[in-house]
Amino acid sequence: MITIQKYVRAQSLEEAWELNQSKRNRIIGGMLWLRLGSGSVNTAIDLSGLGLNTIEETDEEFSIGAMVSLRDLEMHEGLNSYSCGAVKNAVKDIVGVQFRNMATVGGSIWGRFGFSDVLTVFLALDTYVELYKGGIMSLEEFASMRADNDILVRIIVKKTPGKAVYTSMRNQRTDFPVLACAVSCLDGEYRLSVGARPARARVFRDEKGILAGGITEQSAKDFAQYAGKTVHTGSNMRGSAVYRSHLVKVLTERSLQELGGM
Amino acid sequence: MEIKLKLNGRAVTGSVDADTILLDFLRQKGCLSVKRGCDTSNCGLCTVLMDGKPILSCSMLAARADGHEIYTLEGLQEEAAEFTGFIADQGADQCGFCNPGFVMNTIALLRENPDPSDDEIRAFLAGNLCRCSGYEGQLRGIRTFLESRRA
Ligand SMILES: Cc1cc2nc3c(=O)[nH]c(=O)nc-3n(C[C@H](O)[C@H](O)[C@H](O)COP(=O)(O)OP(=O)(O)OC[C@H]3O[C@@H](n4cnc5c(N)ncnc54)[C@H](O)[C@@H]3O)c2cc1C
Ligand code: FES
Ligand code: FES
Repeated sequence: MITIQKYVRAQSLEEAWELNQSKRNRIIGGMLWLRLGSGSVNTAIDLSGLGLNTIEETDEEFSIGAMVSLRDLEMHEGLNSYSCGAVKNAVKDIVGVQFRNMATVGGSIWGRFGFSDVLTVFLALDTYVELYKGGIMSLEEFASMRADNDILVRIIVKKTPGKAVYTSMRNQRTDFPVLACAVSCLDGEYRLSVGARPARARVFRDEKGILAGGITEQSAKDFAQYAGKTVHTGSNMRGSAVYRSHLVKVLTERSLQELGGM
Repeated sequence: MEIKLKLNGRAVTGSVDADTILLDFLRQKGCLSVKRGCDTSNCGLCTVLMDGKPILSCSMLAARADGHEIYTLEGLQEEAAEFTGFIADQGADQCGFCNPGFVMNTIALLRENPDPSDDEIRAFLAGNLCRCSGYEGQLRGIRTFLESRRA
């Protein structure tokens, strides 16, 4: 477990950012992941006093503060109505209610964890991150970057018209996913986001136009076969690469069928 | 550093280190129902209510609780007594170690959803692990409590 010398509840993002420039200081979100690490943190920088714990909804977008909990995501009617329940389905099996009341969107997205259900689902939506110094960029771009000393302020989900479906395979209900899969069709563009490969989630598009004529039993099957060949998987204690590649096909086909109303 | 919070309805203050864990602070304040199980945010044994929401006190800094309201089982005896007898009647507890966490999270469940279905009970209590029972006894106990309340 980590040790902490000093605790500061930041009064402004500027104060938090300045403190975060020292390598020995750390931002704390829900602290659930952070505390399982080892070593010594000089100053723990708490963002909980900055009002970043709200989800704001307008006609165009959802603005989700970095300190919003996973439970808030699960319970937000607007977000779940827009995402067809995909966001709720992504987080509902993460450990337990108590855990989800503490784990934050900011920590989950910042961590860019390979196993992340949270990153997987938001990559399938039209999502952006706002960094305090780095400004706004697409989540896809952010997910491929290495962590630096900036601060994630909020994520933005545009209400691009469309539908989404989330599924995952777990060895046991509240365990990490063996594979996480989200599909969406936004403004006519299909996206497949696959996480827990076990590497970090990535977006795959319908580059071959397999779904160009819409979702049918056959096109869902064909796209699933294509995904099985395209999505790179690996092995860890939860499953082998071969098993995961099989799951890519099964979860992609099932999710597409659901997306297509079959 | 000094922290000030409301614990089981009473104002308390205390001096804590930056990395003092809320669980340890609460035990120092005499709330011995709050127990450490896994210490890795997995088992739910250390559940307390912070501003009315169930959280894991093993994973929260005491400093972060400054200015907030915490309830432990010590402060919720009456609310717990409404249903714990039904759980005991089903022989749900064996060693009983998981019980305080289960009771706290059941209180949170029933406040949020006074008449949950079996699936809703299972989903809400999924973060409370029990090494002995297989969970059916707890489920039956809560179900009989709900039935008795409906009758
Ligand atoms: C036992 C356990 C089981 C889990 N199971 C799952 C699972 O099944 N599925 C899943 O998707 N996830 C799972 N997770 C991950 C969890 O959902 C969170 O994503 C994780 O705990 C990080 O969120 P946090 O709020 O706790 O962040 P913290 O632990 O506080 O922070 C994580 C990292 O992000 C940095 N950070 C936090 N917030 C910011 C910010 N706003 N700006 C910049 N940097 C920041 C911190 O410095 C730290 O480096 C699990 C975690 C644990 C501990
Ligand atoms: S002791 Fe806190 S979750 Fe297990
Ligand atoms: S009764 Fe023994 S851990 Fe639950």
